[in-house]
Amino acid sequence: MEEYKEILLTSDEIKTDDYLVNMGPQHPSTHGVLRLLVKLEGEKVLNVQPHIGYIHSGIEKMTESLSYIQIPHLTDRMDYLAAHMNNEAVSLCVEKGLQVEVPERAKYIRTIFDELQRLASHQLWWCAFGMDMGALTTFFYGLRDREDILDIFEETCGARLTLNYSVPGGVMFDIHPNFQRDVKAFIKKFRQKLPEYERLLTGNVIFQERTKGVGILSKEDAIAYGVTGPSARASGFSCDIRKKQPYSAYPYVKFKEILGTDGDTFTRYHLRILEMYESMNIIEQLIDNIPEGDYAVKMKGVTKLPEGEYYQRVETGRGEFGVYIISDGKKNPYRMKFRSPGFSNLFAINNIAKGWKIADLVAIMGTFDLVIPDIDR
Amino acid sequence: MAFNIYDFTPLTKSIHDSLSASLNPTATLAVEWLIVGVAYLLFVALFGLFLVYAERKVCAAFQQRLGPMRVGPWGLLQTIADFIKLLMKELITPKRADKFLYNLAPFIVIIATFMAISVIPFAPGLASFDFDIGVFFVTAVSSVSVIGVLLAGWSSNNKYSLIGAMRSGAQIVSYELSVGLALITMIIFAGTMQISGIIEGQRDLWFIFRGHVPAVIAFLVFVIAGTAETNRGPFDLAEAESELTAGFHTEYSGIKFAFFFLAEYINLFIVAAMATIVFLGGWMPLHFGQFEAFNGVMDLIPGLIWFFLKVFAVIFLMMWFKWTFPRLRVDHILNLEWKYLLPINLMNIILMTLVVLLGLHF
Amino acid sequence: MRSIIKYFGEIFGGFFSLLTGMKVTARYFFTPWKNVTQEYPENRATLKMPDRFRGEVVMPHDENNEHRCTGCGLCELACPNGSIEIITKSVISEDGKKKRAIDQHIYHLGMCTLCNLCIRACPSSAIKMDQTFEHAVWNRAELTKVLNKPGSKLMEGVKE
Repeated sequence: MEEYKEILLTSDEIKTDDYLVNMGPQHPSTHGVLRLLVKLEGEKVLNVQPHIGYIHSGIEKMTESLSYIQIPHLTDRMDYLAAHMNNEAVSLCVEKGLQVEVPERAKYIRTIFDELQRLASHQLWWCAFGMDMGALTTFFYGLRDREDILDIFEETCGARLTLNYSVPGGVMFDIHPNFQRDVKAFIKKFRQKLPEYERLLTGNVIFQERTKGVGILSKEDAIAYGVTGPSARASGFSCDIRKKQPYSAYPYVKFKEILGTDGDTFTRYHLRILEMYESMNIIEQLIDNIPEGDYAVKMKGVTKLPEGEYYQRVETGRGEFGVYIISDGKKNPYRMKFRSPGFSNLFAINNIAKGWKIADLVAIMGTFDLVIPDIDR
Repeated sequence: MAFNIYDFTPLTKSIHDSLSASLNPTATLAVEWLIVGVAYLLFVALFGLFLVYAERKVCAAFQQRLGPMRVGPWGLLQTIADFIKLLMKELITPKRADKFLYNLAPFIVIIATFMAISVIPFAPGLASFDFDIGVFFVTAVSSVSVIGVLLAGWSSNNKYSLIGAMRSGAQIVSYELSVGLALITMIIFAGTMQISGIIEGQRDLWFIFRGHVPAVIAFLVFVIAGTAETNRGPFDLAEAESELTAGFHTEYSGIKFAFFFLAEYINLFIVAAMATIVFLGGWMPLHFGQFEAFNGVMDLIPGLIWFFLKVFAVIFLMMWFKWTFPRLRVDHILNLEWKYLLPINLMNIILMTLVVLLGLHF
Repeated sequence: MRSIIKYFGEIFGGFFSLLTGMKVTARYFFTPWKNVTQEYPENRATLKMPDRFRGEVVMPHDENNEHRCTGCGLCELACPNGSIEIITKSVISEDGKKKRAIDQHIYHLGMCTLCNLCIRACPSSAIKMDQTFEHAVWNRAELTKVLNKPGSKLMEGVKE
């Protein structure tokens, strides 16, 4: 009997341990090097602890040794799906400091690019979200349509992802002669493709079962965690910077700020689809009315911001992106801080994923549309 | 050699005769076993590789891509190249894995697959076994593979694998029931469990047409449950790559991974073949009652081709779902089985019994 | 009774929602000529990049092996990553004056982020972006390029 003593334990003596699973940094569902330490009980998620910093690139520190003209190109590398919006935020902030008025034409071009970028970002989000849910075909349909936008970018800016198109004072080049034609052709095509997205995924009974009522983020929590963008608007928190503090050509266009009420995964999903329709409306209002004139104002060789603090926020595909510059009057910023939407959104996950299954955690993460370099900067 | 594409009985008989003429009965049996074994090995390996290729091409077409195009014409040799790569890969055993069970698991899975494939008749006279309980045998041995999956998940000392294996266990145990009941519905209709008997019963018209409403319902249920049993999408919870990286075979590499991979595709074939045999008439050509001319034309196409055409049609259907739908969640899978498929199945059995008793079928 | 209707309604509703999805994928399956894949290395001959595409920085030379670079170093200053180095030399011009001229315009492609700032900064349009994009090399040293060709000199009439 003595030799069996080890295994004949009473229930008090049995030690149980948490079932901890690492999702990431190398994991197919994290879209990057995010590490989630997930505590499980069977399939149920008890706790999610995000560990960030695996792709920290020190962009905020690097900006301190660059001139204001050089900074925007670095912000391409933060939220690479909202490269133009990031560029624009920095440009707007620098312009604010210099009190430069940007030509109307540049404003219009910037806004059209904003919305094209938002469409591209949402398309990539849609296809990756479908893939998280196990519908692999969505991935290719989303990328196929995104390719058209990237081709438009490539024609005008010369780059597909890291655009560096918006510079302090305006935009880098004038639009390509074919730009308006291509954008209109794209909008026409995409207006037919977007209902297809809905037929493929939105209406699907498996998809609806998996997303409706899952992972509810309340409005109070959204505000408390600083969640912004479509994820917060799905909870009914009106936070669209394009409406609240219009910049560039947004004051001239009419569009709806789409608000949800439920705050569940399905609302967050569907809100982005509706936003794509709204983005197309905005582009259609602007594309034929681009005013003639200069596309940029001539900037001085060396740009020095007057001493002071400047803040500018824009709405990216993921939420509110803020640029905060402290200038001591030199040609480099004294300190620059980016308020990235992904960082705030990420930390709301633990609150809403608790009690749901692992598969739901993946879906919830998908609807927050995390871009990891945006979180780590 | 009396080779006849329409009926393989003379061929097998002549091989048997010529062997027993020169050898004693025991040696004859041994040689025949050897031939059959090699034939099945070759079939499983080549057909498995072909199915992998077909899946890649089909999914590419669904996704507006081209699929493999570089190795060989239209990428035909791609899967062979992949297989050679898998053979040359290092076999890794994780630390503190249960070595014996870890190495045993892929064999259990592949052996179960071989056993299930052994009763399937490909053409008249081209089947190695013909029991009186053939259908029962297939369902019985195909559920053995879940033991392999569970062992693989348990023994590889990986948390993803364990979750995947447990999911797979819950799923296969539940869906076994639906597969069984859907088959029972058709057995009631056919009146026999012997596979040759079932095929013979469809000489005039396939069961899916003869049994009309209950047969169609049983077919749909069988295809859904069969997909779930083979762990394919949208029921691929056990290897849900966005949640569990690769599920129960996360830690397997090289040839052991190839076993799991091959078994998955051969299981796909088995489910499609069972659907073909029980619902679509196996190797029987399409016949419509009294249309002699039509039936005569259909008879010109050999049974082997009929069988594979139907199998590929069912496989295509299953690939079509896989590449369209999102994955189900584990509790939804059980909901679907216990709240929808099982009650429908039970009602369907009653309906089928009524159809048979009242003679309402064609 | 209502719950039974709801039960079957759910089944049929779900089934039809699945069929709509399957119709979408089937449409693409049966229209393979709409495929979007480009077979890249095979289509090199027809592949044309847009003329603004930023592939690498080059310095155009004319038929007399003359370029427009004065060696002012503005591109070096504009570059955020230090991928441009300008080495100048002094030359004695015909009228006997000492003049600064470009010796080597060194460009590190491996460090370049293709931001286009150097081209914007250049006052004499001496450098431009080329549309090549196949930059893979076996040796990292090959990524460091000298943009002005050996023996080249400044074009007549370019203001310094």
